Amino acid sequence: MTTKKVRVATCSLAGCFGCHMSFLDMDEALIPLLDHIEFDRSPLTDIKTATRCDIGLIEGGLCNEENKEVLHQFREQCTYLVAVGACAINGGVPAMRNHLSVQACLEESYLDGLGVVDAQIPNDPELPALLPKVLPLQAEVAIDFFLPGCPPPAAAFLELVQAVLEQRAPNLDYASRRFD
Amino acid sequence: MARRVAIDPVSRVEGHGKVTLLVDDDHHITEARLHIVEFRGFEKFIQGRPYWELPLVVQRLCGICPVSHHLAAAKAIDQIAGVDQLTEPALALRKLMHFAQVLQSHALHFFHLASPDLLFGFDSDVAKRNIVAVIRHHQTLALQGVRIRKFGQQVIEAISGKRIHGIAAVPGGMNQPLTADKITPFKQQVTDIITWCDETVQTVRDLFQANRDFHENFGTAPAAFLSLVGPQDQLELYDGEIKVIDANGQLLHRQPCDQYHHLLQEQVKSWSYMKFPFLSDLTPDTGWYRVGPLARLNTCSHIDTPKAEQRRQEYQALLGKTVQAPLAYHWSRMIEALHCAEAIAVLLDDPALLSDDLVNQGNKRREGIGIIEAPRGTLIHHYRINEQDQVTMANLIVSTTNNNQAMNESIRRVANDHLNGRELTPELLNLVEVAIRAYDPCLSCATHAAGKMPLQLELMGTDGARLGSLTRHSDGSIQHAD
Ligand code: SF4
Repeated sequence: MTTKKVRVATCSLAGCFGCHMSFLDMDEALIPLLDHIEFDRSPLTDIKTATRCDIGLIEGGLCNEENKEVLHQFREQCTYLVAVGACAINGGVPAMRNHLSVQACLEESYLDGLGVVDAQIPNDPELPALLPKVLPLQAEVAIDFFLPGCPPPAAAFLELVQAVLEQRAPNLDYASRRFD
Repeated sequence: MARRVAIDPVSRVEGHGKVTLLVDDDHHITEARLHIVEFRGFEKFIQGRPYWELPLVVQRLCGICPVSHHLAAAKAIDQIAGVDQLTEPALALRKLMHFAQVLQSHALHFFHLASPDLLFGFDSDVAKRNIVAVIRHHQTLALQGVRIRKFGQQVIEAISGKRIHGIAAVPGGMNQPLTADKITPFKQQVTDIITWCDETVQTVRDLFQANRDFHENFGTAPAAFLSLVGPQDQLELYDGEIKVIDANGQLLHRQPCDQYHHLLQEQVKSWSYMKFPFLSDLTPDTGWYRVGPLARLNTCSHIDTPKAEQRRQEYQALLGKTVQAPLAYHWSRMIEALHCAEAIAVLLDDPALLSDDLVNQGNKRREGIGIIEAPRGTLIHHYRINEQDQVTMANLIVSTTNNNQAMNESIRRVANDHLNGRELTPELLNLVEVAIRAYDPCLSCATHAAGKMPLQLELMGTDGARLGSLTRHSDGSIQHAD
């Protein structure tokens, strides 16, 4: 193993956070691992922007312009960029909107919804523009590893991090490669 | 002069967001806006799908409380399947799964996300304020937190096949029973889990009491409370009637769940994808309310498990009957975690868990409304279908959305108490995050999306000009921009 700590950044784009939860499902195994890794930007820390990292774990695909920006930042900063889970790999459930127009989806929620008052489509400049289709990460940048599953099991995360620590290729056994 | 402050991102919160503070010429914050910048379009894209898919698809809105979405949708599709009463085994399995969900989610929030603030102080070093430091400096507590969460996740896995996004509920029931060999290890562990939850309640109580004034006033903005309650007004997480009390604890409404759409409406604002629910007999400005652990302990008359009830009485004796302080969410949350652990212990002894009498049948209906108390509060799923069993309408009001206005009011209070015309400081940035985090917002669910929350705090004056922003870098340094 390398003596230098491996720096890990994580983020969720158009995902459900389930992949992050699965990472935490390592349970107690996370504790010894902390001697070998350190977190950069992640929902678990108060660090707001990622610096140079060894591993970037991204769950969720791209549904708006801001997701794209964050993805590019991660690509620049991370040696290994990992598409984590079904949403990052092929868009997942959020991509179910891809056969519809964004406008139709917005109208359903904000104009035609049950019990809606002051019906209007939110349009503040603070709100990033929605992409016409939800895209997988590799549509925008090169990806080094794909962890399949919805979510990938904790063992898959552990193996990936360990492989990077030991500077070898990850080897996911059948049970760690989920497609459900 | 216009001022605007930005925190980007708000961490240790689930989801995406951004805060703008609107300031008048006297440096008074007139409005705080937590912008939710994510949009998924679930209500539209689910149309045309067969109704029995709902519990599986809809749980992918949130990987933190997937079981709550799974079960809220399941309750709605039971009604569509014409089933008003589940078999006793199916109900026992669903409740067990739900208690495990609330337990693991509360543990996650307290130990992994909120405890760094409470243990190290709101103004402690950013590099230290995270779960990694809690593991280093409070190892026993951290390990207990990890194990409580693990226990909950394992119970969920035993019932649904997976810890996250498993398959359990079917229209009118559940798909498989538990087995004795799966239950045995849980029975061995549950006593420890109850003890640790009880100790944690004590820890949170002591932290609150040690800095009582601050905790009582921080971000406090009195308002109504809404939750389900059981038939005897007891704390109830799986099923019940909707009860609403005003800020003084007076009963405003008590109604069956299928009346929710007469009780609530949602206002849309141009600056957020998260809507603003309010009580329809009032206005959006006067009818906002809070949900979640704080609300549930205020609306219920008692808890039907002994240790949690004792802790509830102690909590009310110290804080009063209708508790307003957002920071008391942490305390009430851990009392509920204790209740869940006790309720799991009772259910694990129920032989019904092993029975395969799991599905009831009825005459198909076109509409179903499933309401459940998710970890973060009341969660509403409402669906209509056509003759081909396809979904034609979906209306979801998720827990965090119910707290939308309350979070903005708390941010405004904190900003007024701690900014008031002076320069933006990193401390203010922290405090705004602490206020938001108290509600344990799952912005993932709220936008029918998920993810980490890039929050930007901006101060904006009456002329709309931006006066400053703060960015915290990964080395802990703060960048100040005007
Ligand atoms: S892959 Fe599954 S668990 Fe991961 S973000 Fe997408 S829906 Fe959630």
